[in-house]
Amino acid sequence: MVRRIAGLARIQVDDDKLPALAKELSAILGFVEQLSEVDTENVKPYTSPVEMQIKARADAVTDGGYPEDILANAPEKDDGYFAVPKVVE
Amino acid sequence: MTDKTTENANLIAGATGDWEIVIGLEVHAQVSSDAKLFSGAATTFGAEPNTQVSLVDAAMPGMLPVINWKCVEQAVRTGLGLKAQINRYSVFDRKNYFYPDLPQGYQISQYLQPIVGEGEIEIDLEGGDVKTIGIERLHLEQDAGKSLHDQHPDLSFVDLNRSGVALMEIVSRPDMRSAAEAQAYVKKLRAILRYLGTCDGNMEQGSLRADVNVSVRKPGGDLGTRCEIKNVNSIRFIGQAIEHEARRQVDIIEDGGEIDQETRLFDPKRGETRSMRSKEEAHDYRYFPDPDLLPLTFSAEFVEDIARALPELPDDKKNRFMQDYSLSAYDAGVLVSEAENADFFEQAAKGRDAKATANMVIGSVFAGLNKAGLSISESPVKAEQIGQLVDLMSDQTISSRIAKDVFDLMFDDGPDQGRDPADIVEEKGLKQVTDTGAIEAAVDEVIAANPDKVEQAKAKPKMAGWFVGQVMQATDGKANPQAVNQLVLAKLGIEDQ
Repeated sequence: MVRRIAGLARIQVDDDKLPALAKELSAILGFVEQLSEVDTENVKPYTSPVEMQIKARADAVTDGGYPEDILANAPEKDDGYFAVPKVVE
Repeated sequence: MTDKTTENANLIAGATGDWEIVIGLEVHAQVSSDAKLFSGAATTFGAEPNTQVSLVDAAMPGMLPVINWKCVEQAVRTGLGLKAQINRYSVFDRKNYFYPDLPQGYQISQYLQPIVGEGEIEIDLEGGDVKTIGIERLHLEQDAGKSLHDQHPDLSFVDLNRSGVALMEIVSRPDMRSAAEAQAYVKKLRAILRYLGTCDGNMEQGSLRADVNVSVRKPGGDLGTRCEIKNVNSIRFIGQAIEHEARRQVDIIEDGGEIDQETRLFDPKRGETRSMRSKEEAHDYRYFPDPDLLPLTFSAEFVEDIARALPELPDDKKNRFMQDYSLSAYDAGVLVSEAENADFFEQAAKGRDAKATANMVIGSVFAGLNKAGLSISESPVKAEQIGQLVDLMSDQTISSRIAKDVFDLMFDDGPDQGRDPADIVEEKGLKQVTDTGAIEAAVDEVIAANPDKVEQAKAKPKMAGWFVGQVMQATDGKANPQAVNQLVLAKLGIEDQ
């Protein structure tokens, strides 16, 4: 289980660390599990501390046009593209 | 049409009897908007790599998404066009997975509470049959960037221009039973989107792409395990992918095997599907509500305003054409496939013989444009000129045969391209000869020159057609064919049939 979660999150975990992590994660889950004791039958999901509408933008092009900034931190780039280790499904 | 007959016709034969194909489609349609779903970067196709990327699209730390309201309008408009339920409260979720063209590490999508719920589409099948296909939902989501794998031996190249562009994912019910039905569904959906102006439907540029779910079962039996064929980008390929995949599944089951639920890829060069991801790596997307975005809410008036401004949709237009212009279902269907084509026809047909106009528009204009690779807006012949040409036929100034020649002069490259038909007819002396005396003289001449054929015709009345042809030739096609026919029959002493 821990191995799988680590895999999904792309975190490298050595085998000898697994038992300790499993214990820690179980403790966290147990702590959060306490919330299920609260009756939430008629409570709407909490989405924001203030009553407000989602903020929106107009359909106007106001951004972009700086490829050198976008690529500035790329470990490797080629001809305006990010260059990454080959990924083929 | 009863369900039973079509489904029987669609069965595919196997060694153990007939099988039924069950198909559902997830179509990704790029929303027509100038800017992206959550940023102000442009969406134009074909720009230089990474030039239409904001810091939001590149997922730089601390950047926050702000929704483009036009995209919300477009989703609602599409939902109304699909006669679907509009949800005035919907929620954006994060769909988590790793891939180099997804810098956020998650796609912002809608999972449990989409903006549009159940709707339906009527698809047109061969022979004029209509079938209703259920729509399960439509939700808004971000597109990913684009990876190029063939530019370098060891590296993949990533362009984020498409990253963050708004998509509508439109999910159908598994209501289709053949490749032809799936193709008809995509065609109709594409037409509706284009009428609404919510997606340009350009499959070559990837604005519309389909994930095809296919399973097989014994007729009336339980649903089989399905495979999903990802990102099929043409209507023809959708047909080929379904045919191949159904056959593959039947063969496996009949050989005693089982279908693995998996994602497959269609290879157009080989015309087959192949496995894309193994089961072990099956994705666990760990959806949860995106804390950066409040729930998407809007008023009933907002929906009503959009509903009031909806254009006439393909089905309604088709019905109106059949009713108002007395066109066949087939002709009406061809004319309404694109809104611009329908407009062209209506302009040309205004106050005229609609059937003759439809024939001219479909048989000459569409055929000519198709051959020349032009769109209707690029047609050298304008709608009003087609109308004038139809008028010249209606008032017997020219025959339909000459009309075809005049059309070619107006359409093809040359000195007469784009000119008014009346001018061409006048200048070239193409007016139909209705003067009986002149036609009679021509008929007499042909009869006098061919005494042997006259004898044959008397024994075999069908030979009269040969004389008509000769006279038409002698008059450069300008003689009124009916008048010629009558005169030939009279002179040969053959009873008019």
